[in-house]
Amino acid sequence: MNAIQQIEKPLLSVESLGKTFDLTAPWLNRIIERAQTRHLRAVDGLNIEIPRGKTFSLVGESGCGKSTVAKLVVGLHRPTAGTIRFDGKDLTDLKAANRGMYRRRIQMIFQDPYASLNPRWRVRDIIAEPLRSFGVISNRSEERAQVGRLLELVGLSAQDGEKFPHEFSGGQRQRISIARAISSKPDFLVCDEPTSALDVSVQSQILNLMRDLQDELGLTYLFISHDLAVVDFMSDYVGVMYLGRLVEAGPAEQIFSVPEHPYTKLLMDTVPDITMNRRDRVAVTGEVPNPIDPPTGCSFNPRCPLATDTCRATSPATTQRGGGRVVACHAVTGMHGNNSPIKPEPAQGIA
Amino acid sequence: MTLAYVPQTLLSVRDLSICFDTRYGPLRAVDGITFDLAPGEILGMVGESGAGKSLTGAAITGLLERPGRIDRGEIHFEGQRIDTLGKDEMRRLRGRKIGAIFQDPLTSLNPLMTVGQQLIQTIRTHLPLNRDAARTRAIDLLMEVGIPAPDARVDQYPHEFSGGMRQRVVIALALCANPALVIADEPTTALDVSIQSQILELLRKMCRDHGAAVILVTHDMGVIAETADRVAVMYSGRIVEIGSVEKVFKDPRHPYTAGLMQSIPRIGSNAHRLAQIEGAMPRLTALPDGCAFNLRCPRAMDICYRQKPKSQALGDGQVACHLFQEELA
Repeated sequence: MNAIQQIEKPLLSVESLGKTFDLTAPWLNRIIERAQTRHLRAVDGLNIEIPRGKTFSLVGESGCGKSTVAKLVVGLHRPTAGTIRFDGKDLTDLKAANRGMYRRRIQMIFQDPYASLNPRWRVRDIIAEPLRSFGVISNRSEERAQVGRLLELVGLSAQDGEKFPHEFSGGQRQRISIARAISSKPDFLVCDEPTSALDVSVQSQILNLMRDLQDELGLTYLFISHDLAVVDFMSDYVGVMYLGRLVEAGPAEQIFSVPEHPYTKLLMDTVPDITMNRRDRVAVTGEVPNPIDPPTGCSFNPRCPLATDTCRATSPATTQRGGGRVVACHAVTGMHGNNSPIKPEPAQGIA
Repeated sequence: MTLAYVPQTLLSVRDLSICFDTRYGPLRAVDGITFDLAPGEILGMVGESGAGKSLTGAAITGLLERPGRIDRGEIHFEGQRIDTLGKDEMRRLRGRKIGAIFQDPLTSLNPLMTVGQQLIQTIRTHLPLNRDAARTRAIDLLMEVGIPAPDARVDQYPHEFSGGMRQRVVIALALCANPALVIADEPTTALDVSIQSQILELLRKMCRDHGAAVILVTHDMGVIAETADRVAVMYSGRIVEIGSVEKVFKDPRHPYTAGLMQSIPRIGSNAHRLAQIEGAMPRLTALPDGCAFNLRCPRAMDICYRQKPKSQALGDGQVACHLFQEELA
């Protein structure tokens, strides 16, 4: 995406990224039941660039592919199309053995702090595991000191290392997850809904901590959430996903002040208004269609108030708008084809 | 429906306490809460996990599971005391007069029965209708909750419905017998944001049309702001503040409510940091003396560490905080 103009090279750039899951039944079933092959296109032609030290957020409803993007970036899935370039190096054609160095530099924070910490390990071992497996520190006493420093950095005390995860509350566990994620001194953190399992009063502590760490350590975040208010607080750039495609992306301020894509507007309309200034809003209708069998043309057309025959026939290309924003919508770009779609360079392989 | 007598309060909860007997002694999860609910009113109950909001809902519906028990207080519904009712009497009341909607629509529906069978069974349990009339009513209800092609969908199984549609079915089930009170426990937590606003709108409309009062239990202040008339903020088993949504959201009085409101991120605020309440809600096994919020409270005074604050009337609501008790004295 050219959206983010940046003199410096972006730390992460994702081009035409695609991931298709094969849901076809085993061959015997296929023969007996005459079942067709079935594919789920979880991510389709995704282009994003994240400059160093910034936060890019992906928002969307469940099933839109945002967590799949997270897994692709950290290497938990292999992409079926496109490239993921990290600091200039294409990660997709690296052999597993050569990924180690990049693994150390790309870490992840998971949603559920109860499931993502091993209940049988002491906290100091949980946090030291990346140090050991990447060979960052070999000396035991140095390791212990480093774990203590990390615990204090995330707002716990060094003595907490002796405890087990069950002795901590949800927010404290998420602090432990963060300490583990930053222990190998990564540049890039993928955060998949890091606060959605937490209570509101604890959520703000974790969000503040993540921003402080970003300032202190110069981290770059790929932040994933369904909560637009949280995303607005955290992000420099936002990408809105719908059924595997990026429908609108650009600087967060612009997208939140003037959303252009009808789906972005719909999402903005669903944000509960806690200021109690009962603003007028459009009633939201419809649901996300089944991603195995998406509608033809623009996948948003069954719910879109602006849908035309063009929208039902062809999928809109991503078009450059002012201020570094991109939008994929026939109605917004207006001319139905007069606008030249931007070419993601290298422009290949968008299905 | 004409009523000869319209009660001013539909539900009245007085000094309700819920206790769990454990081998370490009794743990009081709900500690002396008192509130009233008028017919047709939507009361939001908000708090963090473990604050006791779901337990309160369970106690009212008579679904409190052992070892939990009501150890003090009274619940009156339509002038009748219901916390002392037997299992069978309570079962008759529940469904007929008190409906319940739970968080996960898939687990509240029977996967082996069609949606229609479940609706018909519930309708016939509570209303004197024959099978055909009950089926017609089931289809009407599905239509009312916004399910397209209800006469075809009525014979489908829950797995054939999407999450949002299932929650609509659950709402239809809760409203089968025109209950006067609906307890909705986190009805939209398992749903996507764009479905959430549809379900809340539906809940509000259905209750208006059927004249049912609602207790909406949630951890999400946004849901309360969108839906409720009044809000009760719970913390460590007590109601710390109760009042009209407008008042409580615009001018929160209790330091916990105020801190909570400030810590919620808002779109377009451009803040570099969020306000935060330090620490976390204490565990039931480690409640501090005095006010349970004292360790996190930015305005805690000496008395807060010694004495539990009583709930005091303040404006149109009530606040349990020593700050305002001094103001009154």
